[in-house]
Formats: sequence, structure tokens, C-alpha cells
Amino acid sequence: MANEVVDQGRRRFLTTTTAVVGGVGVVAAAVPFIKSWEPSAKAKAAGAPVTQSLKKIEPGQQLIVAWRSLPVFIVNRSPAQLAALPKQDGRLVDPGSDGASADQQPKYAQNATRSIKPEWLVMIGICTHLGCVPDYVGEMKAEPFDPNWQGGYYCPCHHSRYDMAGRVYQGVPAPKNMAIPPYHFVDDATVQIGVDAEGNA
Amino acid sequence: MANVFSNAFSSLGEWVNERAPGLMPVYRKHMTEYYAPKNFNLWYYFGSLALLVLVNQIVTGIFLTMNYDPSASGAFDSVQYIMRDVEWGWLIRYMHTTGASLFFVVVYLHMFRGLMYGSYQKPRELVWLLGMLIFLVLMAEAFMGYVLPWGNMSFWGAKVIVSLFGTIPVIGKDLVEWIMGDYLPADATLNRFFALHVIALPLVLLLLVVLHLAALHEVGSNNPDGVDVKHGPKGNRWDPTKPADGIPFHPYYTVKDLVGVGLFLAIAAFIIFFQPTFGGWFLEHDNSVPANNLVTPAQIKPVWYFTAFYAIVRMIPSALGTAVWGVLGMFGAIVLLFLMPWIDGGKVKSIRYRGTGYKVALGLFVLAFFGLVLIGTDSTAELIPMLFGAGVDVTSLENLFGRVMVLIYFGFFVFLWLYTHLGWEKTKPVPERVTTHD
Repeated sequence: MANEVVDQGRRRFLTTTTAVVGGVGVVAAAVPFIKSWEPSAKAKAAGAPVTQSLKKIEPGQQLIVAWRSLPVFIVNRSPAQLAALPKQDGRLVDPGSDGASADQQPKYAQNATRSIKPEWLVMIGICTHLGCVPDYVGEMKAEPFDPNWQGGYYCPCHHSRYDMAGRVYQGVPAPKNMAIPPYHFVDDATVQIGVDAEGNA
Repeated sequence: MANVFSNAFSSLGEWVNERAPGLMPVYRKHMTEYYAPKNFNLWYYFGSLALLVLVNQIVTGIFLTMNYDPSASGAFDSVQYIMRDVEWGWLIRYMHTTGASLFFVVVYLHMFRGLMYGSYQKPRELVWLLGMLIFLVLMAEAFMGYVLPWGNMSFWGAKVIVSLFGTIPVIGKDLVEWIMGDYLPADATLNRFFALHVIALPLVLLLLVVLHLAALHEVGSNNPDGVDVKHGPKGNRWDPTKPADGIPFHPYYTVKDLVGVGLFLAIAAFIIFFQPTFGGWFLEHDNSVPANNLVTPAQIKPVWYFTAFYAIVRMIPSALGTAVWGVLGMFGAIVLLFLMPWIDGGKVKSIRYRGTGYKVALGLFVLAFFGLVLIGTDSTAELIPMLFGAGVDVTSLENLFGRVMVLIYFGFFVFLWLYTHLGWEKTKPVPERVTTHD
């Protein structure tokens, strides 16, 4: 044995294959640890549709309900707030919700008011920047962040601003309009959030 | 009697030395025979102080885990329990929270010292890179610790910081869910942040500190004159082959550092006993409210030490349908610091002998940093109406100011590269030896 010439090719082959097989083993062993960080079965199971009566929401008022632990804004928009919407178009990033925000609402809410019924806004109250809950600033009066404020949302985290249809203004960190969840009206005064009229989630 | 003890002690020493003959040489290399330049000034306190705070964080942290409950339902109450019911629990927690803020105070000063005296320049690039890694891990460590009390600021801080990863195109949304282990910060998030905060990151931090010191002791310390004492004349009173302008780290600098430790502990004790929340700067008022996933606090901002980077996110608007630019800006602000040894092509280290351009640029850089801190802490939102009257458009003035500060921050690196690589810098002559030699 001791006198044999070292076969360098054979040695290289063995070193490489050992390293490759070992490497594959390390990667395979890492998979369970990485997968263990994904949402658990328990977390995935929590998320049934939510039904909410609209009877006590006066014009101009907002109600927040939790759906999948997310805040959903339900707003009864006043005629004045609705009338101000088209006037904002020039100051918005995507007024028609057909550009960057095309995937931020179901088809039936991709319209001028971003809703099924013009007065009722149903929207996931999560800022599209980094996920804070924007404040509802519904009154149309001069605000420190906008002397010409026409009602809408103001995010306390990074000062992004949205109009009364959740459409984002230009020059703020948030890139997209706030998301509209799937929803439908069970009757005139009841909304169900989480499924649309055909029952699709 | 004394003879018995000293005999026992020295024979124990011999016993250990026979079995581990490498120990004493290590001690000598890093302490009694580590020759540091003799002209260290006040700025050289902050490295050893950072080590002191690290020890404080580890010791108080261990004791906090003994009473803390890392679950979404129990975390907030267990912190209140520590504060009210555990004997001396309030002191241990305030030592930990004050230590966190003071950690960043000393680390920022330590880093500024490096910028001022060119401690990142050749041959100390590795020392600087390891130090920057420590800074990065420290930020992750501080952020996760901030989440643990599960107050409302903890919750929304976690949400915002984790959402930073959501701005990455394509994989962003899945990545956020993977980090949180749920669709929003929840029990799973708190549990894993606890594990990372008390085990994983402290281990990494300790390893990096050891490497940082090992790398430093390999090349030797820089000093306020930026002159390498290793290249100066040889021979001091301890060793004829060692630098003439060097003195043994122990006892000379250990004793000097003890003075710094005394002063520092006095300041820390004052804060811990009289101003533990530091007016909402070290512990935020809104975090005394339990986490609520439906209500974002009215004033949401990170603790002061993150505010400069947070302000960069806020000042950069979205473009092309993505908010990733602000996040890139924030990470870029840190990456550029990593690259300092290569951005700065200057041959002169210390600010004492560098061109006027460098001095002005570094001054403006510090100013921009403080300007961004003012924005991030919402101080500008209060100052602007006071300065310009109540009727002004605060947001646009704040954006104007902030964007100028962001430009100066990044402009520093661009200027420094041009200034040194195109040979615009007019330096003063650097002395042969440290200026205080005898």
C-alpha cells in the first residue's frame, strides 16, 4: 500500500463527491428548520368570513371590523365626500386603480368609488407602504399635512395619505391604493367580508 | 498565613500552566504585551464602554428571562410583573432598557471616532468590517428586544420593520409571512424573536466581538494622529523590540478605561434611577399600552437610535409602483458605511492632517445624521410650526428639509470618493511619530 503512487484524479473525485453529497445533506437538513418558520396549520385555519350590520353607521362615520385579524374599514361616505373623489384624480398615483394598483381590488370594485355601492367603502385598513393602520381623517378642512384636505386617510407611521376611496396621493412613501377585500351585500343593511356574491374567497 | 495562600496560589498557577501552556502567552499578547499608542484621548473610551454595556445586557438579560413569558397572551403582563412584583425587577429591567440606548450612544461615538481618525483605512479594513457587522447584528438584537414587551409600539414596530422585507419584488409577501410565521405579528413571531434575542444573536455578537478584538490586536490600534506606531522607532522601557511610542494595554489603558467606566456608570445610574424613560426617548409611552392589532398608535416612531435610518425611509417616495426605494435607501445608508475603507482613497488617516474638504464634509455628515434624527423622532413636526407659525404646510417643509438631509448623507460618500480618488485633497504633513512622544 505505502509504495503505491497516489492517484490524484481518484482523490479529487472522492473529495468532490464527498463534498457534494455532504452539501446536499446540509441543505436537506436545513429545509425543516426553514419550513418551521412558515405560518402553522393553526394560523392558516383562522380566517372565516365576517358578517356586519350597517344599520348604525351614519354618513361620514367609519366602523372597523376584524377579518383574518386585519382591520377592515367600513365607511358610509357622505355625498360631500363622494363629490370630492373625482376632483382628487390629478393628485393621485393611480386614480383609476388600473396601473400599479390593478391587483388591489376585485373586478367589481375597480371603479371610480372603488366599491359595490358608491356610498359604502369596504377596505382593508392597511397602509400599502409598511402595513400600519392609517387614521381616518374624514372632515374636509385644512390639516397640517395638507391645507387643502378633502377627507381621507393619514398614516401615522410614515405619513402616507389616501383619499376617501383609499387611493394613494402622489409624493408619499406608499406605492399603491389600499386593498379592497372580497365582499358582498347579504341584504341592503348587511355586508359579508371575505367572500364575494358567488361565494369565492 | 499569607505565605500559605500565595504558595497555594502559585502552585495552582503552575499546575494550570503545565496542562495549558498556551494561556499565559494569550494573556500577554492581548493585555500586558499589547503595545497601544500612548496618545489615546477621550474618544478611545467608547470601545471598552461598549464591552461593559454588552456584559450588562447579558447579565440583566439572563435575569429578565427568569420572569418573562414569551407568549402573546402573557408577555405584556409578565413585564408588568417584573416591574411591580419581582424584588428589584424594576432595577434589572431599567438597567437593560437604559443599557440598550447607551449601547447605541457609545457605539455611535465609537464609529464616529473611527471616521474622524481614519481607523477604517488600510491596514484596519477588517477591523472596521467586523465592527460594522457588530453594528448590524446589534440593530437586529435591539429591534427584537423592543418587540418582546408586546406593547402596542412593540407590535407595530414589528409590523413595520418586518414589512420592510415585503417591499422586495416577487418574494416580498411570502418572505414577510415566513418571518412572522403568521399573517401579522403573533404568538409565533414573539416566540421566535425571543429565541433569536436571547440565544442566537448574543452568540453571534460575542463571536464578532472576539473577532473584532483579535483583528485589531493583529494590526495594532490607530490613534488620534493616525501614525502607525509599529512603523515608528523601536524600543520602550519594557521591550527593546517593541514600538517606542507604545505602552502596555495592561495596566496603562485598563486603568484609564476604569476612569471612563466610573464616569459612565455615574451617568447610567442617574438615568436608571431618575429618568428611566428619558422623556419617552428610551422607553416610549405608547408601549405601556398592550398590543392591539386594530389600532396603530397615533405617534409611531422607532426608538431614537433607529430614527435616522427610519427618516430616510420616510423621505424617499414610492416610484414605479413600489416602495422599495425608501428601503433600499435605508439599507444603502448602512452598506455605504461598510464600504468606507474603499470609498475613502485618502492616504492620510487623522482629521488633524486631512484637507479642509474632509473636515467640512464630515461635519455636514454628522449634521445630516442629527437632522434625520430630528425628523425620525417627530421633533421637526413640533419645531416647524414653532419657527414658521401655525399655518404652514408642515409636511412639505419637513420633506424639503429631510430630503436635503438625505442628499447630504449620501453626498458625503460621493464627495469623499471624488475628493480622494481625483486627488483634490490637500493634506497637511503627517508627523513621523505621535505628537506627544517624549
